[in-house]
Amino acid sequence: MKVLVPVKRVVDYNVKVRVKSDHTGVDIANVKMSMNPFDEIAVEEATRLKESGAVTEVVAVSCGTAQSQETLRTALAIGADRAALVQTDVELQPLAVAKLLKALVDKEQPQLVILGKQAIDDDANQTGQMLAALLEWPQATFASKVELAADSVTVTREVDGGLETIKLSLPAVITTDLRLNEPRYVTLPNIMKAKKKTLDTYTPEDLGVDVKPRLTVLKVTEPAARSAGVMVPDVATLVEKLKNEAKVI
Amino acid sequence: MSILVIAEHDNAQLNPATLNAVAAAALLGSDIHVLVAGSGARAVAEAAAAVAGVQKVILADGASLADGLAENVAAQVISVAPAYTHILFPATSAGKNVAPRVAAKLDVAQVSDILSVESADTFTRPIYAGNAIATVQSADSIKVITVRTTAFDPAASQGGSAAIEEQAAVADSGRSSFVGRELAKSDRPDLASASAVVSGGRGLGSAENFKLLDGLADKLGAALGASRAAVDAGYAPNDWQVGQTGKIVAPQLYVAVGISGAIQHLAGMKDSKVIVAINKDPEAPIFSVADYGLVADLFQVLPELEKAL
Repeated sequence: MKVLVPVKRVVDYNVKVRVKSDHTGVDIANVKMSMNPFDEIAVEEATRLKESGAVTEVVAVSCGTAQSQETLRTALAIGADRAALVQTDVELQPLAVAKLLKALVDKEQPQLVILGKQAIDDDANQTGQMLAALLEWPQATFASKVELAADSVTVTREVDGGLETIKLSLPAVITTDLRLNEPRYVTLPNIMKAKKKTLDTYTPEDLGVDVKPRLTVLKVTEPAARSAGVMVPDVATLVEKLKNEAKVI
Repeated sequence: MSILVIAEHDNAQLNPATLNAVAAAALLGSDIHVLVAGSGARAVAEAAAAVAGVQKVILADGASLADGLAENVAAQVISVAPAYTHILFPATSAGKNVAPRVAAKLDVAQVSDILSVESADTFTRPIYAGNAIATVQSADSIKVITVRTTAFDPAASQGGSAAIEEQAAVADSGRSSFVGRELAKSDRPDLASASAVVSGGRGLGSAENFKLLDGLADKLGAALGASRAAVDAGYAPNDWQVGQTGKIVAPQLYVAVGISGAIQHLAGMKDSKVIVAINKDPEAPIFSVADYGLVADLFQVLPELEKAL
């Protein structure tokens, strides 16, 4: 069984981004970029499925600029067998990415696609569901446990209020939640080996997909700042302030 | 302009998140319909019909919709979608699961987690864990939107008298099935809608110590929350997680105990009215958003605080 794992290059999760002064976006020039954390979990899960013998090949894919190659190399170092990049300088929104991924799925014919539940830059939480819809495949979002059988997959999902388990017939789309697994560190020998693995490059035109953005970003602003707080010396002062100043208790 | 709101429910009760979505819909227009897709969900439809501002309730009742499987619920929404200009879901785990599926089938972009309605096609939404707010405009004929519930005051649950129209439920997709559900039982208020929240972090040190928060939460009538660090360490169940990838809360009072305040956590609580931080590290980033900060050992302060309330 083949698994496709889409990954995204995003601003590293530890970076506190700044809004550009002209309000056209956030300043991501010269900031550290990494693989989206949820995608690392997806690559790890696919690799573990391969190590368990249930999966024969893991293909990592990414859509974006040429620099996304670095992200794919990371996926290859974790354990993906080969990679594909859909290269474009156009700003890609989830619907466009879902269409590109559908084209790659049509080409590769995997039984399972594992994505992260959301990217930490646009916080959209859409691509996996959209891909499932376009393929007319079933979906299991926010997965915290995945059990793969020959023709079905049983997934425990994190939902408001607890956990829910559903069973999907294959082929299917899964999106990962934080607690699905702990991604491994990539080792130097694996980074070296990853450089030799195949990385194919396509363009949206090759795949016949129109990637024009559907949403126009009119402006990007800083969130309203909170007014500076005060430090209180002890519990008595805290309670007094909450009662008489903030009037919340 | 006709607006469809997808009701969130458990087949017995209307989830209050729906009321926030109706409030967002009311900013777009007055022709508001609510779709209740479920099984044996007549009571939910009646509750939705009583919500102020709702003009019509569509009740699709059938076994295929019993467990909210995305494939079936999305198909139900799509069957009525062409009649609407806007389709709104509350940005709950169920809404986030189904909405993009609907959008992709309609070949439209989805606007996630809106914070405000600027006009019929322009909305604001947070990006980068809430560190920036984007104003986005949609040119699509149908706008599929998820609504951040804490950003809109709920519509009144009484005062409406909408007609209930029944509709046949879609056939089961046959591709997915429901196996089971494990819901955490709690007598406390629901985290997402509580007026006070007491949250613990890694500083608590263990699951036993986490129980120290119970007394304080009881005194305040508060829901319990947790940081990702506390959840990952097994101190608290994962549905307590507050943050970018957990629940977004905006209570009147948020008490952060032993939480450093990583940006991912702040994204989930910085719109709270009053934030209190208790941490022994005076450099902890949580103090940058706290209205009242107390640098102290939480194990000394918690019993004192409980006594003082």
